[in-house]
Amino acid sequence: MKKLVLGFAAAAFGFAAVSASAEEHVVRIGTEGAYPPFNYIDAEGNLVGFDIDVANALCDAAGFECELVVQDWDGIIPGLLARRYDAIIASMSITEERKEVVDFTEKYYATPAKFVKADDRDLDIPDDISEANDTLSGMAIGVQRATVHENFLRDNFGDADIRVYATQDEANLDLVNGRVDLVMADSVVLLEGFLETEEGEGYSFVGPDYIEEQWHGEGIGIAVRKGEDDLREALNAAIEEIRETGTYQEINAKYFDFDVYGD
Amino acid sequence: MLPDLRGYGWMLWEGLQLTLLVGLASLLLAILLGLLGAWAKLGASRIARGIAGTYTTVVRGVPELLLILLVFYGTPTLIQNTAARWGTPVYINLDPFVSGVLTLGFIYGAFATEVFRGAFLAVPPGQIEAARACGMSRHLTFRRIVLPQVWRFALPGLGNVWMVLIKATALISVIQLDELMRKTQIAVGATKLPFTFYFVASLMYLGITVASMLLQQRFEAMANRGVRRA
Amino acid sequence: MNLALVLDSLPQLLSGLLVTLEITAWALALGLAASIPLALMRVSTNPVLRLPVFGFIFYFRGTPLLVQLFLIYYGSGQFRPELEALGLWVYFREPYFCAVLTLTLNTAAYTAEILRGSIQAVPFGEIEAARACGMSRGLLYRRIILPKAFRLALPAYSNEVVFLFQATSLVSIITLLDLTGVARVMVARTFAVYELYIAAGLLYLACTYLILWVLRKVEYRLSGHLRPREAEPARPDLSPAGLP
Repeated sequence: MKKLVLGFAAAAFGFAAVSASAEEHVVRIGTEGAYPPFNYIDAEGNLVGFDIDVANALCDAAGFECELVVQDWDGIIPGLLARRYDAIIASMSITEERKEVVDFTEKYYATPAKFVKADDRDLDIPDDISEANDTLSGMAIGVQRATVHENFLRDNFGDADIRVYATQDEANLDLVNGRVDLVMADSVVLLEGFLETEEGEGYSFVGPDYIEEQWHGEGIGIAVRKGEDDLREALNAAIEEIRETGTYQEINAKYFDFDVYGD
Repeated sequence: MLPDLRGYGWMLWEGLQLTLLVGLASLLLAILLGLLGAWAKLGASRIARGIAGTYTTVVRGVPELLLILLVFYGTPTLIQNTAARWGTPVYINLDPFVSGVLTLGFIYGAFATEVFRGAFLAVPPGQIEAARACGMSRHLTFRRIVLPQVWRFALPGLGNVWMVLIKATALISVIQLDELMRKTQIAVGATKLPFTFYFVASLMYLGITVASMLLQQRFEAMANRGVRRA
Repeated sequence: MNLALVLDSLPQLLSGLLVTLEITAWALALGLAASIPLALMRVSTNPVLRLPVFGFIFYFRGTPLLVQLFLIYYGSGQFRPELEALGLWVYFREPYFCAVLTLTLNTAAYTAEILRGSIQAVPFGEIEAARACGMSRGLLYRRIILPKAFRLALPAYSNEVVFLFQATSLVSIITLLDLTGVARVMVARTFAVYELYIAAGLLYLACTYLILWVLRKVEYRLSGHLRPREAEPARPDLSPAGLP
C-alpha cells in the first residue's frame, strides 16, 4: 500500500512539474512563525527570520514562485502530508524518525542543543548524559512540543519532569515564571530569542552542547513529501547555489556573528 | 480606565472580527446540519435515524478540542490514505478557516439537531391534521404551518447553541486561525503581559455574549409576535 | 489503520485518562461545594451579596474556558511578586493547581446558575406552607428549598458534569498530560494522527456515557416518590398509620 501512495504522489508531482513549464509553478512552503530568530512574526504581522530569508533566496535560485504558509509546530509534518504545503522550511532537524515519513534535503544549517537556567540557580550539568539524568532527576524541564529536543529529553532524561509547550516562547515564559527549572532548545534559538532579550537577563546556558545524531540528526534540512525527488533535488541545487553565490553568507551575517552552517 | 495595549489593540480588533466570522459561518452550517439531523431522526428511514443517532451520540461524547485536532490533522490523512488504497489519489487542502468552520459546524450541528427535533415535536399534531384536512399539500403544510412555528420553538435553543459555539471558537486557535484568541497569544508573546491581554480578550468575548443576549431577546420578541400571552 | 500501535499506546492513554478523571473529580467536588453558597448569595435580596456573585457568574459563563485557563496560568506570572509575598506562588507555579482552580471556578459559576434556577423554581406554596408551620429561614432552606432544588437541578447538573469532564481536555494546553495531552505527545512521535486521536476519542466517549448512565441511576433513585407506583403484589399494611 505504501508503494501505491508513493507511486501516486510521484505521478501527481510529475504532472505538476510538466504543467509548470506552461504556467508559473507555485511552491507552498510551510513554516512555524514562532521560532525567533529563524522564523517569527514581527509586530507588523510580517513573517520574518533566517529561515524566511533562506526560503526566499532558495525560491529565487530555483526559479519557483513561493508562497509561505504558517503552521503550528506540532502539526507541521501532518500538514505537509495533508498537502497544505509542499516543503517545510522551519528549522527542522533531519532525524531518522522523521525520515520514515518525509524526505529531507541536505542540511542548510546546524547548531547544537543546550539547556538554559537562571543565574541564581546553583546547578551544574555533567557532560555524561546518564550522570546528567541523575542530576536533573525530578526537575521540571520545559521544551517545545513535537521537537527533537522533546524526544531527546524523553529518551535520555526520563527521571525529569518534562513539560511540553506549544511554542518556545511559552516555555521561556514559564522559565521566567519559575515554573520550570530549565528549558532545552536549539542554542541559537535560546541565545537570540531569549538570552539576548530583556526577559533573558539573569539567565544563561548550562551544561554541554548536545549534538547526538540519533536525536538531533544531521543538521537542519528542508522536508518534502516522500518520493518528490524533483522538488528535493531542485532545493538541494538551490542550497548549493546560494552558498556559492554568497547569498547564504549575506543572510548569515544579517542574523548572526558566527557561521551557522556548521562543519 | 483602559490598559496600555502597546499598539496591539488593532490586532485584537482584527481577531475579534475573524472570531465573529468563523462563529457565524459555523452557526449557519450547524443550522443546516441540525435541520438535516432532525429530519433524519424524525423520519421513517431506519438508516437515516441510525446515522443521525450515531452522529449526535459521538459528537456529544468527545471533547471539542480532540474533535478539532482530529478533523484538522487526522481527516485529510485518513481520507488520502483510504483513497490511495482504493486507487484514486485525492488531495485535500483545508485552510484553517474552512476546517475550523467545518469542525465547529459539525460539532454544534449535533446540538442543533436536538434543538430542531424538540421544536418539530412541539408543533401540535392537531394543527398539522387540520391543515391536511383543509386540503393543504404536505409541502404547503410544512411551509405555512410547521416551519413558522419551528422557528419560534427553536430560537431559545439556537441562542444557547450560539453562545456555546462563539466561546468554542477560541479553541480554533490551536489550528492557527488568526482569531481573537490567537491574536492575543501573539500579543502576549511580544509584550510579555499575559494577564493584561487575556483579560482584555475575555472582556471582548463577554461583549459578544452581551450583544448576543440582547439580539436574542429581539429575535424572540419578533418570532413571538402574534402569540397570545396570558 | 495501525492497530498494533494503538494497542501499544493503550497503557499510556489509560494513565492519561486517570489524570483526566482525577482533575474532573477535584473540580467537581470543589465547584459543587462553592456553588451552594454562591447560589444562595445570588438569590439574596441584599445587593451587596447578590451583585458580586452575579458578576462572577456572568464573567465565567460569558467567556471561553480557554481564555480563563490562560488568564490564570500565564496571567498569574504577571503578578508573581505579589503572589510570592502572599505565599500563594507555590500553588500558582503548579500547572495542576491552575488547571483545577480554573475548572473549579468555571463549574462553580455554571452550577450556581443551575441551582439559582431550581431554587427559584421551588413552588411558592411549599415555602408558604413551611413558613406557616413556623420554620425559621435556615430550617426552611435546609429542609424544604435546598433538597427540592437539588432534585430539580439534577438533569441540568448531569449535563454540567459531562461538559466539565470533556472540558478537562484543555489542560493539555498548559503542559498537563491528561488523555488529550498523552495522545498529542504520542502523535508528535509516531505521526499516527487519526489512529491515536480516534482511540482517545473512544475512551472519552465510553467515559461520558458511563458517567451519564450513573447519573441517570441517581436521578431515578431520587425521584422514586414522583413515579407512578409500579404494580406490586398487594401486601397487608402492618405499619401504624402515619409511619412509613
